Amino acid sequence: MSTTPVSSAPVKSNSIGLEILDYRGSKSTLCAGCGHNVVAERILEAYYEMGIQPERVMKISGIGCSSKSLAYFMSRSFSFNSVHGRMPSVATGAILANQTMRTIGISGDGDTASIGIGQFVHLLRRNLPIIYVIEDNGVYGLTKGQFSATADIGSKLKTGVINDLPPIDVCALAIQMGATFVGRSFSGDKKQLSTMLKAAIAHKGTVLLDIISPCVTFNDHEGSTKSYKYMKEHDEAVNETGFIAPFDEISVEYDHDTTVDVQMHDGSHLRLRKLHEDYTPTDKAGAVNLLMETHEKGEVLTGIFYVDTHELDFASRLNMVEEPLATLPEERVRPSREVFAELMQAHA
Amino acid sequence: MATSNLEVQSLPTADSPIHPKKVVNDFSIQVATVNGSGSQSANNILLRSIFNMGVPVSGKNLFPSNIAGLPTWFVIRVSRDGWVARKNDIDLLIAMNLETVQEDVRNLPTGGSVIFDEAFNLADRRSDLTYYPVPFDRLVAATGAEMKVRKLIKNMVYVGVAAQLLSIDVKGLENIVRKQFGKKAAVADVNWKAVQLGFDYAASTLTKQDPLVVEPMTATHGKIIIDGNSAAAMGAMFAGVTVVGWYPITPSTSIVEDLIKYMKQYRVEKDGKASFAIVQAEDELAAIGMVLGAGWAGARAMTATSGPGISLMAEFAGLGYFAEIPGVIFDVQRTGPSTGLPTRTAQGDIQCLAGLSHGDTKHVLLIPGSVKECFELGMQAFDLAEYLQTPIFVLSDTDLGMNNWMSEPFEYPEKPINRGKVLNAKQLEELGGFARYKDVDGDGITYRTLPGTDHPAAAYFTRGTGKNDKALYSERPEDYQRNMERLVRKFETAKTLVPKPILNGTGKQKLGIIAFGTSDCAVLESRDQLERELKLATDYLRVRAYPFTPEVDEFVARHETVYVVEQNRDGQLLNLLKVDLDPTHVTKLQSITHYNGLPIDARSVTNAIASHEGANK
Repeated sequence: MSTTPVSSAPVKSNSIGLEILDYRGSKSTLCAGCGHNVVAERILEAYYEMGIQPERVMKISGIGCSSKSLAYFMSRSFSFNSVHGRMPSVATGAILANQTMRTIGISGDGDTASIGIGQFVHLLRRNLPIIYVIEDNGVYGLTKGQFSATADIGSKLKTGVINDLPPIDVCALAIQMGATFVGRSFSGDKKQLSTMLKAAIAHKGTVLLDIISPCVTFNDHEGSTKSYKYMKEHDEAVNETGFIAPFDEISVEYDHDTTVDVQMHDGSHLRLRKLHEDYTPTDKAGAVNLLMETHEKGEVLTGIFYVDTHELDFASRLNMVEEPLATLPEERVRPSREVFAELMQAHA
Repeated sequence: MATSNLEVQSLPTADSPIHPKKVVNDFSIQVATVNGSGSQSANNILLRSIFNMGVPVSGKNLFPSNIAGLPTWFVIRVSRDGWVARKNDIDLLIAMNLETVQEDVRNLPTGGSVIFDEAFNLADRRSDLTYYPVPFDRLVAATGAEMKVRKLIKNMVYVGVAAQLLSIDVKGLENIVRKQFGKKAAVADVNWKAVQLGFDYAASTLTKQDPLVVEPMTATHGKIIIDGNSAAAMGAMFAGVTVVGWYPITPSTSIVEDLIKYMKQYRVEKDGKASFAIVQAEDELAAIGMVLGAGWAGARAMTATSGPGISLMAEFAGLGYFAEIPGVIFDVQRTGPSTGLPTRTAQGDIQCLAGLSHGDTKHVLLIPGSVKECFELGMQAFDLAEYLQTPIFVLSDTDLGMNNWMSEPFEYPEKPINRGKVLNAKQLEELGGFARYKDVDGDGITYRTLPGTDHPAAAYFTRGTGKNDKALYSERPEDYQRNMERLVRKFETAKTLVPKPILNGTGKQKLGIIAFGTSDCAVLESRDQLERELKLATDYLRVRAYPFTPEVDEFVARHETVYVVEQNRDGQLLNLLKVDLDPTHVTKLQSITHYNGLPIDARSVTNAIASHEGANK
């Protein structure tokens, strides 16, 4: 369960009076050095820093190393480690049952881009209000290192097998299919990942974060394009992300000529400093083009590629009552005797 | 209420002599049409006109998997004794399909009669039948209907012809036609005109030579007519369903389509907000995933599907069982395997459903045998799912789900909704926390919390993996085994909660019959045939749930021979009985199966039992 604090520094708390310990999960059973452990740490920090009550969060995953990592953060949140490739449908049901909850889905590249591709695209298409994290390492870890569908063409397995099929770019797919917040980061880039996660928490709609998270056991060798080394050499950021939470004072200094400021649903601001000229994160076609171009150049583009804060999310589209459907009282879900009599009369 | 057409002055009546030996309220009509020709409304109007005269009636739509062009048949059985099973012998054929007319006529028994389109030029007519040629095109033209609707209007003409020949109450018929087309007065007018023209033509031109007559009774007074899918949808609504994930598949589609209609009307609140969410999923995997996600988060959730969808749901069904998540799955069975006969009926999913998924999985099945039970068990399924924290399957079939059946009106639920063992924040505070999978009450059913419960000890980890009482990951042999044993205990508890079987008969006969679902109507009629024709008295137990309650084993114990009647090839219910009953009783079971895609009929059951009993003598 929760780990014991070793620091003797004064205990800090967040805006709702909780300590970082209140956001911790079980001890990880993943390999030492696994990118997923770092991602789990960044996620819990983001919820802590955003002052989100852990009991207001649902965590849902499929199957795989990434999906297991659900247990390694935020034990006080409600968790469901479900079926391989089917996290989207489980999350959809849970969100409809209680749209007042915040939901994060944890998946992997196999869980999303192979077995789960069908449910994945439909989740995107619905703009389901969820943070969908892909912990992307290009291989199946739990079955000991087979290629996944995000593995780059020409990348090499430990066994020497070369991947001869093109990868699915989950970010480009997400932008095309209707996700309203799409970005890519690297588990080793603490600042970028943390900022993106906090902005993701502020967004209402589908957030797709493809986080390159190297598999130290099966895909961190020479010839791999999802290794720590490769990422450090080829990571090319499209923008520098800054996030100003609604309760923070705006103190980040940027040159206004080179920044794009996006107001999020909760009043916070996502401030993106352009690193690529003419790049605007609200242009769908431009985002997809850039992703395809950088792919050809052998770069791994990171940053926030696309944001749309206007599109209605799926739960809002269904025009449900404000309260959770799950706990509506009987008088609101069982029609009256008069209605019943009317229905019987209609069939008499 | 209904009157005979003889009292209606505005229209001419048949002046032909009624057959000396008239057959009153006991015959079958088969309407043979082309799929997509819009005959369904006409057939239901004909059915309802007989029902409204107080005469027991049932309708079976035997349709192809096709949108338009293939042959389709609708069989209306009129039965003063109230039998509603399909009857093999047809007494009156309404032949509207040139493609099948020869065969349809050939299949008629001696003494039958045929209303047919005179354009068919039926040569070489059988001498043992009565023929009623009707110039449909000429009559349709006389209605003045637009060309594009003439195909539909044609059906209304045969309603008029049949009504005249069978002495169906005309005033009542007009009311039904006008009700059917509701506010569209012009449409109602042209349809009614077509009925009148058919009626007038029969009265003035045809000479009644067959013995079939409908005479008013009071047997249907106070009853309703409804199909099982509508009834199930109503059950779900009154059970308080809130989340529906579904994927269209015949013959289950109309459960959700009817539910959408009802919910839009009765479950939208004053401010226009819906107290429900219905999502058409991308496939059945997603449909059941949504149901379990919603059930986990505390909603009353359901889906409706048929065999192929059930196959796709298998993995999730195991998760639902093992992770203990409520959900209701309506399976309107059709003829398999694979695509099989997708619009025909069968009871071929029961064995697969009982253990759907891999590993040691056991499911609770509720099995309605009537439209009333589609409503009642459809509603009860939601209470059971939440109380037992497991997926509950409701097994209907094409015949029950898509055909119209007479029924006593349903009853408004008197018992409040039972949400099962759910702990709130206050209870958690008092208890100082909880262990999700600890069997506190000894009934195998543990306590759960719902996401959003505002207490630091409320959350738990739901998973398809092994776990301990506290829901923590565990591969310890004793944790796994203890959990599996508790699930068996829960299944035992289920036996005390599921609907008990229904016994027909004294319970003292040597011969017993066990059946489930829509085989009921055929078995009830067969028992009457066996008793009247062969002096064979039987007891009959209709099973309404799996797991079997103790009454089932007791019933088999008390009888020398027990016929297990079902609509599948392999005797699936019998196989389940073999596994679950006292092994010394199993040799008493005899299988009677019916699996040609048509609803089972009484005569097939009677013949099978008679043959077996004769062979034993």
